[in-house]
Amino acid sequence: MAGSPVVERLDEDTFPKILLRNAVVFKDRPAVREKDLGIWQAWTWAEVLDEIRAFAVGLKGLGFKKGDRIAIIGANRPRLYWTMVAAQSLGGVPVPIYSDSVAEEMVFVLQHAEVKFACVEDQEQVDKLLSISDRLPMLEEVIYDEERGLLDYDHTKLHSFEAVQEAGRKTMAGDANAVKAWEADIAASKGDDIAVMLYTSGTTGQPKGVMLSFDNLVISARNGNRFDKLDEHEEIVAYLPMAWIGDHVFSLAQAYTAGYCVNCPESAETVESDRREIAPTYFFAPPRVFENMLTHIMVRMEDASKLKKRMFDHFMEVARRVGEPILNGEDVSFKDRLMYRLGELLVYGPLKNQMGFTRLKVGYTAGEAIGPEIFRFYRALGLNLKQLYGQTEASVYITMQPDGQIYGDTVGTPAPQVEIRIADNGEVLYRSPGVFVGYYKNDEATKNTKTEDGWVLTGDAGIITDEGHLKIIDRAKDVGKLKSGDLFAPKYIENKLKFFPNVKEVVAFGDGRDFASVFVNIDLTAVGSWAERNNVNYASYQELAANPQVYRMIEEHVDQVNRDLSREPMMAGAQIRRFLILHKELDADDGELTRTQKVRRSFIAERYAPLIEALYDGSTEKHVRTEVTYEDGRKGAIEATVQIRDMKIYEPEGGVTREAAE
Amino acid sequence: MNAFVEPATMPGSGVTKGEVLLSVANVSLAFGGVKAITDISFDIRKGEIRAIIGPNGAGKTSMLNVINGFYHPQEGTITWRGKARRKMKPYEAASQGIARTFQNVALFKGMTTLDNIMTGRGLAMKKNFLWQCLHWGPALKEEIVHRHRVEEIIDFLEIQAIRKTPVGRLPYGLQKRVELARALAMEPELLLLDEPMAGMNLEEKEDMSRFILDVNQQFGTTIALIEHDMGVVMDLSDRVVVLDYGRKIADGIPEEVQKNQDVIDAYLGVPHEE
Repeated sequence: MAGSPVVERLDEDTFPKILLRNAVVFKDRPAVREKDLGIWQAWTWAEVLDEIRAFAVGLKGLGFKKGDRIAIIGANRPRLYWTMVAAQSLGGVPVPIYSDSVAEEMVFVLQHAEVKFACVEDQEQVDKLLSISDRLPMLEEVIYDEERGLLDYDHTKLHSFEAVQEAGRKTMAGDANAVKAWEADIAASKGDDIAVMLYTSGTTGQPKGVMLSFDNLVISARNGNRFDKLDEHEEIVAYLPMAWIGDHVFSLAQAYTAGYCVNCPESAETVESDRREIAPTYFFAPPRVFENMLTHIMVRMEDASKLKKRMFDHFMEVARRVGEPILNGEDVSFKDRLMYRLGELLVYGPLKNQMGFTRLKVGYTAGEAIGPEIFRFYRALGLNLKQLYGQTEASVYITMQPDGQIYGDTVGTPAPQVEIRIADNGEVLYRSPGVFVGYYKNDEATKNTKTEDGWVLTGDAGIITDEGHLKIIDRAKDVGKLKSGDLFAPKYIENKLKFFPNVKEVVAFGDGRDFASVFVNIDLTAVGSWAERNNVNYASYQELAANPQVYRMIEEHVDQVNRDLSREPMMAGAQIRRFLILHKELDADDGELTRTQKVRRSFIAERYAPLIEALYDGSTEKHVRTEVTYEDGRKGAIEATVQIRDMKIYEPEGGVTREAAE
Repeated sequence: MNAFVEPATMPGSGVTKGEVLLSVANVSLAFGGVKAITDISFDIRKGEIRAIIGPNGAGKTSMLNVINGFYHPQEGTITWRGKARRKMKPYEAASQGIARTFQNVALFKGMTTLDNIMTGRGLAMKKNFLWQCLHWGPALKEEIVHRHRVEEIIDFLEIQAIRKTPVGRLPYGLQKRVELARALAMEPELLLLDEPMAGMNLEEKEDMSRFILDVNQQFGTTIALIEHDMGVVMDLSDRVVVLDYGRKIADGIPEEVQKNQDVIDAYLGVPHEE
């Protein structure tokens, strides 16, 4: 069990030190597996120590010194993980880089981090480095894992991983003090040394190098292990980018501190089947992975025989009804429990086996909001899927959902040793042992993000619910206020409406105005199929959008959202007073959406200014003419009279509890 | 972790790199009155990539069939590893280290990728039918050795994800790759590729080109290929022989062949742009 005295020794405050400990305590337990030539090859902790030691000594022989930085570029491979710890053992700092970046994108990070060494996966990555080598005068040596195709390259600055290890082993054989010197280096490392530098992808401006210390990672990882009772018996699959904090914490920090086994897939395409073979006990994935899996299951169920399909539908119904209560340990009737058991045998069990979740103890999703239906599906199957909220700057953990307290719309309570505070503008701030040291060579950004007394600004606006759970509502910069002073979070309102399948896109207005109002785009597929079933004739999107029955349908949805909002003290003021259904679909060709299908709020506000005006001047309809661009670049115009509807506003429930935020 | 089939483990031939591995001298082949090949001579040197090009019906595939013993030429001799022969059965050619892929994919559609590649090891399996049926003891041991080789090839061609997929369900580009894998499983000294890139899109062509170069470099396999994509031929091959109406009209390094007026007239149309 985690929490045993061995795991908690405080002088084991760096990963190399923990490695030395694991090699003794978990000597014969598997530390790493990689599928190669169709077979899972395993290394025990003792063997991993041997591999890392040989490589570290070899690396030192190549001139790697304390403070040097080594870039790690490639897919999840045991040797690349070993390289990180080997570099740390010599007092160096690993800098993992997204392996799918093109060479041009790598230049900035490699230059900024002043990388002297690089350890890369294969020929592809070596070629990238060579193509930009004239701009990287600092880069001295490149080490590669996979030798294929590299045989006739100039090897003066290029080394295979094996050759470096070989040199290290030779040094150790010839000099009895080499090992002692290495262990002395490890003993000299301290918890507040920089352990790793992770570059945030940076949607705006250049990426920033987040410096995390050993203390940041080791303490956060131990907290994470304790929170979910993770120990050396866990199995995980390492498949997310190594340059991402999530993978770094799950596949390295938590694996070392708990002593569990990390499984590296055979290739990027085989992750699914490799996961099925390993059946991880601890699993992390962004929402889209869970979405894809669900879609895949549903599509295959459509092709299944009638009997199977009926069995699936029946037991999924049972699961939806009682699965979550059973998982949360609530009271459920004996009959339902029996049915659920039967379902487990006939449907849920095989399904979980297909997805590789048979042994799953806990699974996490984070990054963005997961659809409540999808989330519930997995929980109904009895999988302990939870949400967490994290950041690179926090060594992942800010909040996480404790077992038994799972709400679809919140991201949980503060993780162990994490303090949370909501600023006046609604922004979420946190302080924890995992808070990063600073941005590398960017004091200004550090100052803007981290206060003197250690609070970090997340950039996200959130509220704390009555149960003490954090709920993220929007990006802080998008959150505004109504004239009445009530909080207005456009994305929060938009997402609530967008969860209805009939609604495709929503744009909310209200910042600095009297009340909140929205533009709605209906979903042509969903509403179109409804129209077909109900004998509603229409010739175009425009006609369907103006249909009174469609208006009534959307009105019901908006009404439902208003009811929901009225129940939330912070949000009740921003109920939707008026709405209209846009006469055309928002389109990236017209500049209304970005190429990644995100709403361009300010552009839309400008383009549809007359409509917004109509929303706020009390008129019930408005005639508009809008220029459109067709896919071939020709221009045209759409004219329409758009109706505007007034909505009922509900009294806020639960009284005023704005102080609940603290 | 990165074990490859070492060139040293290839069927030994005693022919060293750069020497003539196979030569075709004054070969003529006719089907009744139709002359498919007329008096053709050329050679293939160990370790090179040799392209055979020409317009449709020039006799390219017939030439490959002559080399691997499927057709028997009426005239001329073929010298393989220094020994002259005229007649040879295809399986003899195979056991002598010549493997090939086909213009139209010729795989066992219902079998998995793995099983298809394993068939390439058939000639190397020595245990008799009864042992194989028992699937135990020496037969099992033998199979494990061969499976290891096959897995190395799967790793090499990056087809791990389709290991257990029936070949019939794969897209065309991947089927071509499986076919190459099966030919490689024979660990040939000479690999004959009949239009390895026909019907592929640009990305698949680039992948296949890289695999062909890697096979040549890593395994030291000599390759003779027929291909219509001139860009590919000019980039990949060390030497090119050009056929037209069953006759040889040019032979040499790509740059020379490109400039040859006969070739331009017969086939290329315009000089290949640099």
